[in-house]
Amino acid sequence: MATETPAAEAAKDEAAEAQLTEAIAAEAQPDAGAAPIQRQLVVINWSGEFDKVLPTLIMGSVAAASGYKTSVFLTFWGLLPFVKDEKRITGDGMMQKMLSFMQRPGISHMKMSKMNFMGMGPWMIGKLSEQYNVASPQELLEACQLMGVEFLPCQMTMDMFGLKREDMIDGLGDPVGAATVLELMTEDHTGSLFI
Amino acid sequence: MSDTIHTSVDAKGLSCPMPIVKTAQAVKAVPAGELIEVLATDPGSVKDFAAWTRSTGNTIVEQTEDDGVFRFVIKRA
Repeated sequence: MATETPAAEAAKDEAAEAQLTEAIAAEAQPDAGAAPIQRQLVVINWSGEFDKVLPTLIMGSVAAASGYKTSVFLTFWGLLPFVKDEKRITGDGMMQKMLSFMQRPGISHMKMSKMNFMGMGPWMIGKLSEQYNVASPQELLEACQLMGVEFLPCQMTMDMFGLKREDMIDGLGDPVGAATVLELMTEDHTGSLFI
Repeated sequence: MSDTIHTSVDAKGLSCPMPIVKTAQAVKAVPAGELIEVLATDPGSVKDFAAWTRSTGNTIVEQTEDDGVFRFVIKRA
């Protein structure tokens, strides 16, 4: 009955109602599908090695499979596996061409960050993966794309390596910069990884 | 729970993350309320399917193990 009552009371009611709704939601837990939280995973994929790209693709595919909005930012060496496999030499300038010669781009040509041993490491991992039915990077990439993972190439990296859109695999998003990724990373209910 | 299985996913022999990925792909074609059966041999899939259903709102209505094969019956949300 005080002067500010109507507003204060309304606020109080609202708070109580919210609490009640929350309690009910918690009670009815398994089917909280009514008002789902849109969770999100953002991966910064900055390494181009087999043992770094694989976890990126695993986490990406599982996140998308679990209903997460999933984005993978492809930057620096991490962009190179997303060049078409059949591209051998990319870039315009001498140095860009030499770099692609030194590290052949494409998902089938990734090296290991550890125990590469002139290709023996990747070969052995390939054999073991076959034996234990571990999905290949190619399979995982296909799954990611089917499940709607958004791959965002870094514009700056594309410029630096002299990569054009037609050098890259199909289905990538538009090239973006760090500000776009930062915005995604700091949204609510978002997990981010730097791999 | 007398309903019949709408779709069956055979993920036997597959390692993480393929049982989840295959199931998620199959679930897309299943109408709400229908049942999906998943067979997997990856022991990690027990915890993974529990987590996956919590994330997606689907429900595990039955879970058994027979000679190393895990069978999950999942109700589509």
